[in-house]
Amino acid sequence: MIGSAPPIAIETPAFSTGRFRAEREADWIAFDALLTRLEKKGAKALSSDELLQLPLLYRATLSSLSIARATSLDKALLEHLEALSIRGYFLIYGVRQSRLDRLKRFFLHDWPAAVRSVWKETVVIALILLLGTLTSWSLVSHNPEWYYNFVPEELAGGRDPRATAEFLRGTIGHGKAAGEQEGALHMFATYLFTHNSQVSIMSFALGFAFGVPTMMLEYYQGISLGAMLAVFTSKGLGVEFGGWLFIHGTTELFAAALSGAAGLRIGAAVVFPGARARLQAAADAGRTAGKVMVGVIIMLLVAGLLEGFGRQLVADTLLRYAIGTLMLLFWLGYYYLPRRGGA
Amino acid sequence: MTAAAAANARAQIARRNKVRQFVTPEGVDLELRIASAGLRLGALVIDVCLIQLILVGFTLLMIWVFGASESSIAISIWMLGAFLLRTFWFIGFELGQRAATPGKRLVGIRVVARDGGRLTADAVVARNLIRELEIFLPLTFMGFSAAEDTASWWTMLAGFVWSLTLSLFLLFNRDRMRMGDLIAGTWVVMAERVRLDRDIAASAEAVAGALTFSDAELAVYGIFELQELERVIRAGDARTMREVADTIRAKIGRPVAEEDDVFLLSYYRQLKARLERKLLFGKRREDKYASD
Repeated sequence: MIGSAPPIAIETPAFSTGRFRAEREADWIAFDALLTRLEKKGAKALSSDELLQLPLLYRATLSSLSIARATSLDKALLEHLEALSIRGYFLIYGVRQSRLDRLKRFFLHDWPAAVRSVWKETVVIALILLLGTLTSWSLVSHNPEWYYNFVPEELAGGRDPRATAEFLRGTIGHGKAAGEQEGALHMFATYLFTHNSQVSIMSFALGFAFGVPTMMLEYYQGISLGAMLAVFTSKGLGVEFGGWLFIHGTTELFAAALSGAAGLRIGAAVVFPGARARLQAAADAGRTAGKVMVGVIIMLLVAGLLEGFGRQLVADTLLRYAIGTLMLLFWLGYYYLPRRGGA
Repeated sequence: MTAAAAANARAQIARRNKVRQFVTPEGVDLELRIASAGLRLGALVIDVCLIQLILVGFTLLMIWVFGASESSIAISIWMLGAFLLRTFWFIGFELGQRAATPGKRLVGIRVVARDGGRLTADAVVARNLIRELEIFLPLTFMGFSAAEDTASWWTMLAGFVWSLTLSLFLLFNRDRMRMGDLIAGTWVVMAERVRLDRDIAASAEAVAGALTFSDAELAVYGIFELQELERVIRAGDARTMREVADTIRAKIGRPVAEEDDVFLLSYYRQLKARLERKLLFGKRREDKYASD
């Protein structure tokens, strides 16, 4: 008995990678199957037993990976375990909320909080917009010739200093020309929305170049606004033009300012990272800015609707002002009113 | 020989440069590998093609639904749809469980947060909105240069090259980060699915009258060669196996006496057993150039 035991022990050593694999393989296969179902159908597809199994199998797989790395030279096995562990890690430590919860949290908390946190940049961009408007307004009021430098011919659509007051009145929805576009209102609204979204995405994306292109873009927006304003004021249509602009302009310009602010936040973080590493600062700023930008696109959708439908259907200047003010108050309240649970 | 050894060492360093430490809360380093620029481009091309295909299908559908009435509602739905498709294709897919667009899934890569935390929606949004800039800025400059009357051709060329440096930013850093990745704090890493292949060292069809190799015959190779041999055996291509078998036979001085696959399999098993035994004793011989 004793004599025959040692040779067997030599033939089959206590540890072999083949035996290791045979012992653990069932766990890996079970884990793989669970992950596949989780990826395809989400957590609802698993029973509570299987959900409890998941972290156990995950840890078993990770421990197998550690052992395999230290003992096995089977490349196919190592690669499989690595890929399986990576998949498992990201599923188990990944998303912990349902999409609905995330959506709710975004509207109730994340979005206004992100906008609140870029208030300094918003003020700066708003001032730049105002500065652009004032510059071109004073220039054009003193010398109408300046207008042609600021607003390209095709964009103006005849709204320039040479136009008659009657024509100008028509372009802002009073008088004869008002009814012309009504058939294609929704098309107009959609066009405005997609166009404006693209512009504000650009204004955000250009922010990383230290914010300079963003500020230039916003200044330019102010310039064309001011020039237009000067033309209408000189013909005594200032109040009506204000209403025409105000109904959607409060939402749209607010959104434009926010997109600029988001861009500026990134630029500022790259230039002045503070105590953090520059990359880390850029990443932090980018996440805040990302939230603001989703909000901006939603705001622009609202602005496009107001501009396309509201403005064309509501011709009364006072009502236009009222809607515009209401929208402004709504946004201000939504973003800046202090609220509970703002962690 | 030394040149080959140096080349081998260089290849290993290159492979190691792609690997990033990524320690899970359980203390295991997942060793994520950064996806190469070529794979990223491939994924982007696939995604753009898919978007275009869907857009064509969507356009045809709109024509079919509204064709007769020539309603402008169709046009506005089309415009809205195209905008949503272009902007939210990437965002929508990367917010999913696998954090990858169909293109990324096909080439086996995914997005992860650089700090190891979870990938948040805002990061995904930020990295994809920057894409607008990276792709469309060079295109815009090309469009301008086509118009030509606004400024000189050379200014536009300068602008195009400048914007290209933004778009090709990922070629200039070790982590292959786009501008968008930089700003969102993300990485794109390899995430292929690897099927668990059979265990060729332990499969039951043990060769009758198996060859045994002496320790000196097994001592000529290291881990790198072992894993290359594994690849050849798994691929099972007869011509390659013949070549490899002949090379090994010449190296250890054995006559051609048995089938190639039998020879290779027994050599593989015994070499693997030998190297794994050494591994248990803390000796890891990376390749044949390392000392035994």
